[in-house]
Amino acid sequence: MAEPFLSIQHVRKSFGATTVVQDFNLDVEPGEFVSFLGPSGCGKTTVLRMVAGFEEPSAGKIVVAGKDITRLKPNQRNVGMVFQAYALFPNLTVAQNIAFGLKVAGMSKPDADRRVAEMLDMIKLPQMADRYPYQLSGGQQQRIALARAIAPKPKLLLLDEPLSALDAKVRVSLREEIRSIQKKLGITTIFVTHDQEEALSISDRIAVMYGGRAEQVGTPFEIYNRPATKFVANFVGTLNVLEGKVTDASAGKVQVNAQEVSLKGKLNGSKSGDTLSLALRPEAISLARQPGHDTSLSGEIAEVHFLGSVIRVRVGIGGNTVSLDTFNNSTTPPPVVGDKADISFSSGDMLVLH
Amino acid sequence: MKSGKFWAWLTFVLGAAYFFIPLIATLEFSMRMKRGEYSFEAYRVVLGDARFQESFTFSVVAAIFTIILGVLLVVPTAYWIRLRLPQLRPIVEFVTLLPLVIPAIVIVFGYIRMYGSSSPLPFLASGLGTNALLVIGYATLALPYMYRAVDTGLRTIDVRTLTEAAQILGAGWTTIIGRVILPNVLIAVLSGAFLTFAIVIGEFTVASLLNRPAFGPYLQNMGANRAYEPAALAIIAFAITWGCMSLIQVLSRFAPKSANRPN
Repeated sequence: MAEPFLSIQHVRKSFGATTVVQDFNLDVEPGEFVSFLGPSGCGKTTVLRMVAGFEEPSAGKIVVAGKDITRLKPNQRNVGMVFQAYALFPNLTVAQNIAFGLKVAGMSKPDADRRVAEMLDMIKLPQMADRYPYQLSGGQQQRIALARAIAPKPKLLLLDEPLSALDAKVRVSLREEIRSIQKKLGITTIFVTHDQEEALSISDRIAVMYGGRAEQVGTPFEIYNRPATKFVANFVGTLNVLEGKVTDASAGKVQVNAQEVSLKGKLNGSKSGDTLSLALRPEAISLARQPGHDTSLSGEIAEVHFLGSVIRVRVGIGGNTVSLDTFNNSTTPPPVVGDKADISFSSGDMLVLH
Repeated sequence: MKSGKFWAWLTFVLGAAYFFIPLIATLEFSMRMKRGEYSFEAYRVVLGDARFQESFTFSVVAAIFTIILGVLLVVPTAYWIRLRLPQLRPIVEFVTLLPLVIPAIVIVFGYIRMYGSSSPLPFLASGLGTNALLVIGYATLALPYMYRAVDTGLRTIDVRTLTEAAQILGAGWTTIIGRVILPNVLIAVLSGAFLTFAIVIGEFTVASLLNRPAFGPYLQNMGANRAYEPAALAIIAFAITWGCMSLIQVLSRFAPKSANRPN
């Protein structure tokens, strides 16, 4: 296996008696786009700030391109960073902001001017060079901040919730732009976000964090479809959780509200009589039996929400409620609350949460 | 509603009268040096007096050095307290307020005792040393105004994020303070500087007790021995102070605008 470009090894960070990051490990390949995803206070920004050098780890080390940078000051790391609050220098024009890092690095004025023009072209704002930050919209400011971070050709790009302060439409377009620029430049990038859609849509890999630890590191597909822990399953996407009881561990039989479900090969370590949490994504469930679906459960329609193109239906199965979406069909009326309903799914889509 | 407006106007008129009548009276008196006519004779005498020019120049130079010392002392201190030591802020605010509570005469007697010619730090043994002590004393007296002005300026910018943004772009502390922080609080620093200037120009106690040829002791001397010239000097000193205040207002229009706008 190739040497990782960024290696975060057994990093821990405590503030007084509170440990906010514990034994965090991650290897990032060159040119990879990795997102730290998690709720507020999970430690994702603290890890990013340790990589940037703004916080010093209480233990562990951080290696970039084979060099231990754990004790280096932020201005010695050659890392670019984009902040949630843009952090453009209000007294400088757009061009001067982008040229700031180049000047500090001692680049000649003609070279710096060329690089600034190149960066402005890259972010498609060449006409903004002489504007001041207060004359720009939030999306434009964040583009400038990105150009400023990339201009000195950093080894690593850190993005600290760069889209959080923007409105929904701008967020989507800017995240696509960030990803496209990152791919074009091939720069290794760490992206911190609490927005799962953002993380799923643009990352090569995602580290889902909770309580200062990486709960799971994997591709968006793996994180969504094969969550390793209950937290990941609940945090990423919508998940239906059904409580079941193992009736025959060796045969993989589980009972959900007195109805049998077969989970052969998925009950590792469980004994007959154990209770289990079983999870299903809404898109894996159909209201009627579908080809390829080997399992069905009977229940009662509990709620129906008509959302236009989609109808969200909640089906009560004993003490459990299962949420699923069906497409609107103009010739078929939506289900009625109180009607009996069968749901079907493939037992292969069912996850056993530990 | 109408009654409220009446009282507001009455208060305003009374306040304005309290402020302007003595000023107009002083101006009027300063112009009566020549019998039977109004003239600027007193101003001509004052401005042509070599001691006026010397003492005023001395005080202007002292004010410039005081401002430089104040900026070098206050900007890094206020910045560092905002960035790294916010818990020390109440203590520093208290210390910077002390010159308002402790009379200048107490400070200067302390200086004379501490820095006399027989002390380990004999500032008062030479003219240059005494001038340096005068500037230090003035910087102390101006500290409450300079610190508050700079601290207010720092409050308008996101000190921490701007510092981190500059750091990650490779900047060291000198670059951060010189190219990012100072330009963004320059107007606040200038406000502090002009207040300092106004204080130094009229200061009497420290300059007199340290026996320096400053403008304050000159004003007092003139007031004790002449009739019309002190009135002219008072008007000149007032005009200088107002000039400084007006400059603060003019310069504040050029302050860098905040960039915090949604989307």
